[in-house]
Amino acid sequence: MLELILIALAKCVFLFLAFLLGGAAILSWVERKMSAVIQDRIGPNRANVLGLTVFGLFHPIADGIKMLFKEDFVPARADKVLFFFAPMLSFVPPLLAFMAIPFGPPIAGREWLLVSDSQMGLLFLLAVASIGIYGHTLAGWSSDNKFSLMGALRTSSQLFSYEVGLTLSLLGVFMVYGTILPQSIIAAQSELMWGWLPRWGIVTQPLAFILFMLSSIAETKRAPFDLPEADSELVAGYSTEYSSMRFAMFFLSEFVGILLVSAFGAVLFFGGWHVPGLSGDAWWIVALQVGAFLAKTGALVYLQMLVRWTVPRMRFDQVIGFGWKYLIPFGLLNLLVTAVVLAVWR
Amino acid sequence: MVAKVKNVGQPPLNLTESLYVTELVRGLLTTNRHFWRNWLRRKDTATLEYPDRKRPYSPRWRGLHRLMLREDGSPRCVACMMCSTHCPANCITIVAREHPDPAIEKVPASFEIDLLKCIFCGYCEEACPCDAIRVDSGVHAQPVYGRDEAIIDLADLLSRGSQSTSKQGGRSL
Repeated sequence: MLELILIALAKCVFLFLAFLLGGAAILSWVERKMSAVIQDRIGPNRANVLGLTVFGLFHPIADGIKMLFKEDFVPARADKVLFFFAPMLSFVPPLLAFMAIPFGPPIAGREWLLVSDSQMGLLFLLAVASIGIYGHTLAGWSSDNKFSLMGALRTSSQLFSYEVGLTLSLLGVFMVYGTILPQSIIAAQSELMWGWLPRWGIVTQPLAFILFMLSSIAETKRAPFDLPEADSELVAGYSTEYSSMRFAMFFLSEFVGILLVSAFGAVLFFGGWHVPGLSGDAWWIVALQVGAFLAKTGALVYLQMLVRWTVPRMRFDQVIGFGWKYLIPFGLLNLLVTAVVLAVWR
Repeated sequence: MVAKVKNVGQPPLNLTESLYVTELVRGLLTTNRHFWRNWLRRKDTATLEYPDRKRPYSPRWRGLHRLMLREDGSPRCVACMMCSTHCPANCITIVAREHPDPAIEKVPASFEIDLLKCIFCGYCEEACPCDAIRVDSGVHAQPVYGRDEAIIDLADLLSRGSQSTSKQGGRSL
């Protein structure tokens, strides 16, 4: 028992430090640099250590140090308790959700690269990830600021709407592979269709992938769905009154959210760690498969960032209208067609 | 006269445009193209990394003032007050004193320019009868921490000076 707990703890610490915090820090650099490059600029390249700039990779470190030493401001009439807990409540759920994401194949029959081999599988991920909404909503509510409150209202209505679309898009995938366990889904995706085409989710459920990408961008609150923090209308939305590390927690939770939906998309639609024609227990094969998983996640992050810096922000009624009038009906349609096809096929 | 109004109507969207999806994909392809073109080679990048690289200015560009020197290295300025009189921003303060050489009447004891008042119009240069003050140094006014530091003095003005080739009035050489 103790051994199990220790192993899980070690995996958590490694995941948290190496992948999530490092990944989120690098993503903040990627976002700034990529937006600059897309807009024909150069981007951050000034922070240096001993004259070494490394494409501006020291900027996240400089940002972190700056965040740590900023004044931690609390509005006089804020609800102190909720104001204190809200950033944590928005930061922890996306981290927790990573417990259900497998980074590689089981090695010698044990899940070394998956934190929790729970029977809830990806439902756990869906359930935990939606708790983050409470953090954002409470942040806006407790700040005693009209902009924050508006941002919180928008966050809650938008995220609840798109949660439905997100789940509907996933149901089709669960139906096709007949399971909600991530490792089983990946195993099912590694089979070949007609002898050459891997049965990845993007092949069997292309519409679901598009719906998933759209609703996941809305879930991470990024353009064109970045209404909760629409800078031109709401200053900074729910995080207006936050500063220092509390603001940094919202900031990091956004980037961890991007990593989460990208990893989730890689597992469901791109075969996770599966590389076509590669199987075995040798260490280099496992390393290659983990690399493949990271590459797939990276490609989806790239797609998300590309959308972020291409599409302008929608109006709020358009966002909600799109969610209810197009996303959910298409999700239901996808579900129906999948059900009919599966019934005929089997 | 009534201004001519030209109505530019909004062209109606055709089928693929009104679906938005194709236009969205086109937009994504555009940003994607810019990303790969600029990522390593910076093909379209217009940014100039300013303090490291500077755009060449026109020689007529008016920068910080300077006071020119005679052949013996003393200031050409004779404290005639022409520039301070003519200055529209009233930023030049000259205190004159007697020159030891009786052939030259005056020399500036102090010559101060308040850069926060100066509008860099160049009228001081136009007004100067002996080619003493010039605004052709090509140097920007630097940011400062206090208002006092924005006032440049005689030594600073002379440090950017050089010898002028024009004939100096007041004394035949």
